[in-house]
Amino acid sequence: MTEKYVLRVNGNEHPVADGWLGESLLFVLRERLGFPGAKGGCEQGECGSCSVLVDGTLVCACLVLAAAAIDSEIVTIEGLQPNERGAMSDVQRAFVESGAVQCGFCTPGLIMAVHALLERDATPTDLAIREAISGNLCRCTGYGRILDAVEVTVSARRDVPQ
Amino acid sequence: MPVIVPDSLDAALAALAAHPGATVLAGGTDLMVEVNDGRRSLAQVVAVSRVPELAGVRVVGDRVVIGAATPFAQLEAGTVADLVPALAYAARTVGSPQIRNAATIGGNLATASPAGDSLPVLVALGANVESAGPNGRRVIPIADFFTGPKRSALQPGELVTAVHVPVLRGHQDYLKVGVRNAMVIAVASLAIAVDLDARRIGVGLGSVGPTPLAAPDACAWIAARANWRDDGFEVSEADALEFGARVAAAAQPIDDHRGTAQYRRHAVGVIARRALRRCAA
Repeated sequence: MTEKYVLRVNGNEHPVADGWLGESLLFVLRERLGFPGAKGGCEQGECGSCSVLVDGTLVCACLVLAAAAIDSEIVTIEGLQPNERGAMSDVQRAFVESGAVQCGFCTPGLIMAVHALLERDATPTDLAIREAISGNLCRCTGYGRILDAVEVTVSARRDVPQ
Repeated sequence: MPVIVPDSLDAALAALAAHPGATVLAGGTDLMVEVNDGRRSLAQVVAVSRVPELAGVRVVGDRVVIGAATPFAQLEAGTVADLVPALAYAARTVGSPQIRNAATIGGNLATASPAGDSLPVLVALGANVESAGPNGRRVIPIADFFTGPKRSALQPGELVTAVHVPVLRGHQDYLKVGVRNAMVIAVASLAIAVDLDARRIGVGLGSVGPTPLAAPDACAWIAARANWRDDGFEVSEADALEFGARVAAAAQPIDDHRGTAQYRRHAVGVIARRALRRCAA
């Protein structure tokens, strides 16, 4: 058992009690704190479905030891959504409108990866986009419509600066 | 506390001394895979990612000193890409963006996998590993660092603190054979570094032996055969082929689920020849 510790997720503090040492951030987010947005695919950093931001950096939550993530700002897919119920971020909307979502399992991780990319590069090249999503596996779409969704977001942000 | 997150090197070393057998956690990208899979249980963890002495890249004289907790994402560009390009190329092949944001060069060293992506570069350059432990600080030449598959010269309670990489004048390259471009473990890899001032060529081989390997005989042979200029060198086609064969002969590959020994030996010879040609171009 770990001693009680506190994780800061999407701007709020969440105490974690009765955790076991070795629990990943992914497990704690989903099973203890009620953030099921990040998905558990491979639990070895291969699929990217559990991507979250830790201190602004995109990482696989399955490879983060939860009890070592104290004093970090953790942002999950739930934290990217605007406050109104049912509202979507511009990246999420572009994914839906571009047909970039099929089964949806990889989608939260890809949305996180695209948000992280556009934070550091507002006008990425096609190669930069492909490299930025190279850690996220999608077995449905063939990626074409995901690339389209990124382009749609980039154009929309260029027309209406955030 | 089962998880200690020290905020100084002294505190980290004290934690390791107070808890013999504690597991050191850096980026977690190797360790957590084993934990998630149930292959490794944890009793006490010392997480070193917040130790300021282990962070950052700095230039000291004719070396680049890279803190052990520096993630690969920081080695892909900037000072390292300018001064040690082969290391930046290798860093860019590590896993995925998510992995490169977390995985550290010190973790790559301490894990000591024969497939560690940065390790052939450190071998080719003759880097030095700086460590700190119960007996103080020391510097371990890379040639003495790896003692077997996933085994290193680190003693219990000893941490990698930095790696010292020489800045050389001359072409560098890194080639990696795997099943695709992203998110792949090397089936064979090779780093090459030319030192125009010393008229030397160094290589490091990955995934073709129990540890990352050098190929000193092949390198001495080609350096003696090369036609050196101040700004480069030339080699004949026949000598480039022979260099590939000599590098392949230095490999000690095994068969596993990623490839056969025969394939690995062949592949490392091909990429040695290709890397040499790129340097001589």
